[in-house]
Amino acid sequence: MPMAATEIERLIREAIPDAEIEITDLRGDGDHYAARVVSATFAGMPRVRQHQLVYAALGGRMGGELHALQLETAVPTGDEE
Amino acid sequence: MSDANNRIGEIVKANEVVLFMKGTPLFPQCGFSSRAITILEHLGVPFESVDVLQDPEIRAGIKDYSDWPTIPQLYVKGEFVGGSDIMMEMFESGELQQLVGVEAS
Repeated sequence: MPMAATEIERLIREAIPDAEIEITDLRGDGDHYAARVVSATFAGMPRVRQHQLVYAALGGRMGGELHALQLETAVPTGDEE
Repeated sequence: MSDANNRIGEIVKANEVVLFMKGTPLFPQCGFSSRAITILEHLGVPFESVDVLQDPEIRAGIKDYSDWPTIPQLYVKGEFVGGSDIMMEMFESGELQQLVGVEAS
């Protein structure tokens, strides 16, 4: 079941309001996405926790209606501000 | 603790490097599992793999075991490391090599 990129972005932003979110539809099929999420919330967290936060924001859709989301998380650096 | 949880715990404890995946190392059934296998083969360490498609109980249980919604999942020395995105990031930074005790090449 495809999911719109704007919906993914909305869900992530709801949970992590300060996030910079970049979503790429990898195949143009609304089913395989890559997301880069940059937020100060991630500071000091192990990667697994950072990804878990994003998955939690997607509220169980991950692995269900959202099949493929390549995820990259990062803490903002000076360059990105 | 459910049976699935106990079984997963046993597998994770018994194998220093273990990947829960869809399919087998020779015939991965999903792009993400395939990517995880490629990384492990690059590392050149012995690893065990569990095909969750052959085991519905583990397939369902593994998502709760580490509160992680997707497969593949890599465990090293009893600890959950991550899925294929985290494996890739750690491989590129050399952290994964360090974790399994091989030299970054």
